[in-house]
Amino acid sequence: MSKVYVSSVVNGDPVEFLCDADTSLLDALRDELGLTGAKEGCGTGDCGACSIMLDGRLVCSCLVLGPEAEGRQIDTIEGMAEGSELHPLQRQFLEHAALQCGFCTPGLLVASKALLERNPDPSETEIRFWLAGNLCRCTGYDKIIRAVQDAAAELRQERSVA
Amino acid sequence: MTGFQYSAPVSVEEAVALLAVDGKARLLAGGTDLMVQMRSGRVAPSQVVDIKRIPGAIGIRQENGGFVIGAGTSCAALGEHAALCAAWPGVVEGANLIGSTQVQGRATMAGNLCNASPAADSVPALVAAGARCLVVGPQGQREIAVQDIPVTPGRNSLAPGEFVLELRLPARPAGASDAYLRAIPRTEMDIAVVGAGVNLVVAPDGTIIEAHVALGAVAPTVLLVKDAGAALVGSKLDDAALQRMEQAVSAACKPISDKRGTAEYRKSIAAVLARRTAKIAYQRAGERS
Repeated sequence: MSKVYVSSVVNGDPVEFLCDADTSLLDALRDELGLTGAKEGCGTGDCGACSIMLDGRLVCSCLVLGPEAEGRQIDTIEGMAEGSELHPLQRQFLEHAALQCGFCTPGLLVASKALLERNPDPSETEIRFWLAGNLCRCTGYDKIIRAVQDAAAELRQERSVA
Repeated sequence: MTGFQYSAPVSVEEAVALLAVDGKARLLAGGTDLMVQMRSGRVAPSQVVDIKRIPGAIGIRQENGGFVIGAGTSCAALGEHAALCAAWPGVVEGANLIGSTQVQGRATMAGNLCNASPAADSVPALVAAGARCLVVGPQGQREIAVQDIPVTPGRNSLAPGEFVLELRLPARPAGASDAYLRAIPRTEMDIAVVGAGVNLVVAPDGTIIEAHVALGAVAPTVLLVKDAGAALVGSKLDDAALQRMEQAVSAACKPISDKRGTAEYRKSIAAVLARRTAKIAYQRAGERS
């Protein structure tokens, strides 16, 4: 079967790749573009380890076909830090030890960033509901919630200074 | 997930032709059901036809006082539409209960409907709302009621080549509102044990002029319980009317026992849930009179 040609914008850069029609966007990102930050946990949209932004919307990349990305804008965990400077969420995750094995972390960071972009001051309940689709089997979530709260406070501070 | 052709047609005619090629073509909207079904091997399509690039397939527009929702519109987009949330809060809250934030970003009400699960969270409120579907296909287009789509669990009434292009919600008079509640053993990310959608039109003096009650997960398809709606009409949602509605609800339920709940449990919880949902819809209607 012939491959499908796909061109899209990933983390601000135009990219082109070839994939089989039945390749998930997650596999295309990982295998064709070498962006291995997004992980496959369940492959059925339950765990959130493959979270990415597709045209500004948080989605599970395992539930998107690679060819669907044609002409779309994709943002992944690889675009989160600015060069060597970590995003406040990334820093706070380290600060709070909000990860152990790290498998769920890219998805949690992408999902948390999407939350803070639309709600700069979420309550604990709002954070927990927003992140209900990101499963972590190590931390028990409390440290993650605290990291997101502190990153939110930091980002609000930055905004009020700017 | 092996060996299908992917296409993303930009016209209805093209999509219909692709879907009609053989009986094994499948339509892709949000993909939150289809991708999982393909991966598990439950379906092995020859063609996957992505309808999201057809003009009008994504988006919400107001028309003749009502709303037209493109079949590819994500549930997340419904929750962000202020006018839709104000007019049909029950429809939106049903749709917004499906899956996680990530699933919300892709899942569609039309997909939830056509997937034909009896527990589909967006369907009871759509049925109670009297929503209709614009179905397109090889024979042209037709409009049918939402409740005419599901036939049995997992099977819908659409003919080969046909698909739902739009969902249409009718115009809303003053003093009208709706609500949806579901029972699940957790707080989030679960499938309804029972779901109840109630849509009311209430006169300025508080008398219910019109009432529609629909139930999910208590029969092979979502049920529109006409007697339950009729029990509320003419009342001010007093206890006697609510009791009549509960009796009608229990009488209409034909649930199965499964891992989510026994038939007896479903029957009894359906009545409670319908009562609570009616109260929310009534209160909301009062706020809009």
